[in-house]
Amino acid sequence: MSGIIGKKIGMTSVYDENGKNIPCTVIEAGPCVVSQVRTIEKDGYSAIQLAYGDKKEKHTTKAMKGHFAAAKSTPKKVVAEFTRFRDKRAHGEIVTVEVFSEGEFVDVVGTSKGKGFQGVVKRYNFRGVNDATHGQHNRLRAPGSLGASSYPSRVFKGMRMAGRTGGNRVKMINLKVIKIIPEKNLLVVKGAVPGPNNSYVIVERWN
Amino acid sequence: MSKQELIQLIEDGIEVKEFPQFKAGDTITVTYKIKEGNKERLQKFQGVVLQRAGSGPTATFTVRKISGNVGVERIFPIASPFIEEIVVNKVGVVRRARIFYFRNLRGKKARIREKRR
Repeated sequence: MSGIIGKKIGMTSVYDENGKNIPCTVIEAGPCVVSQVRTIEKDGYSAIQLAYGDKKEKHTTKAMKGHFAAAKSTPKKVVAEFTRFRDKRAHGEIVTVEVFSEGEFVDVVGTSKGKGFQGVVKRYNFRGVNDATHGQHNRLRAPGSLGASSYPSRVFKGMRMAGRTGGNRVKMINLKVIKIIPEKNLLVVKGAVPGPNNSYVIVERWN
Repeated sequence: MSKQELIQLIEDGIEVKEFPQFKAGDTITVTYKIKEGNKERLQKFQGVVLQRAGSGPTATFTVRKISGNVGVERIFPIASPFIEEIVVNKVGVVRRARIFYFRNLRGKKARIREKRR
């Protein structure tokens, strides 16, 4: 596996060699510092921990300051672990966007945009009530029946109802890498990526 | 480097051809390439510009024409490599930048005053 932490910059579109318009997302990916190396002997599993995004020293706890000082790095905002990293990485090493190459497929993990308290039509793609007749009135987006009556005399757990929507961890899989600009740490992937602009995302490739 | 500049960096690679100026209400003819199998040919689309949307190389414009009593709209990206040529046939006088009301007009009503030169 290869992975990196980045920041969603925004969307634009480019043209491929056939003249097709491709919607794409620009991600500022890395540079990340290897802030810790987990080993089987010590931690029971093997992984590397990457850190990204500068953080003010006064907002960093002493514990975290020490953690980053051990990696000879300034304090960082986001920390994530990556298991089964393909290349061996040493403590304190810098991981750049060049772990990926153009044309390969990556997965992008982010936190989706929060949408607040939403009804079932938006939340679970229920179809609502499409009838104006048959006694329907004022209930175009109603969820309908929640279940049977005297048996079971209750509503089953997990019944899909209205509630807080969005703001979940979402992974978009198999996004094609359109372009890489290593000087600016830019990664351009085809399609959309979860979350608002300026949100942190994890880009990874499993092969 | 700001967000805008980073996106600019990606969009810099997109080539936009030089086209004459046009706006909503103008009648234009767009000549564009279409591919059928291996053959390439040119096709013309003449109609009224409903709107110009977006900015920079990702901008688009919408053209509407009436084809056999059915309204047909096409949205062209301004940087599309398939667009060969744009000719402005008429410069119309309209009061807004997006003339979606024009969709509801038929026959004699669907006329746009031409600008006097």
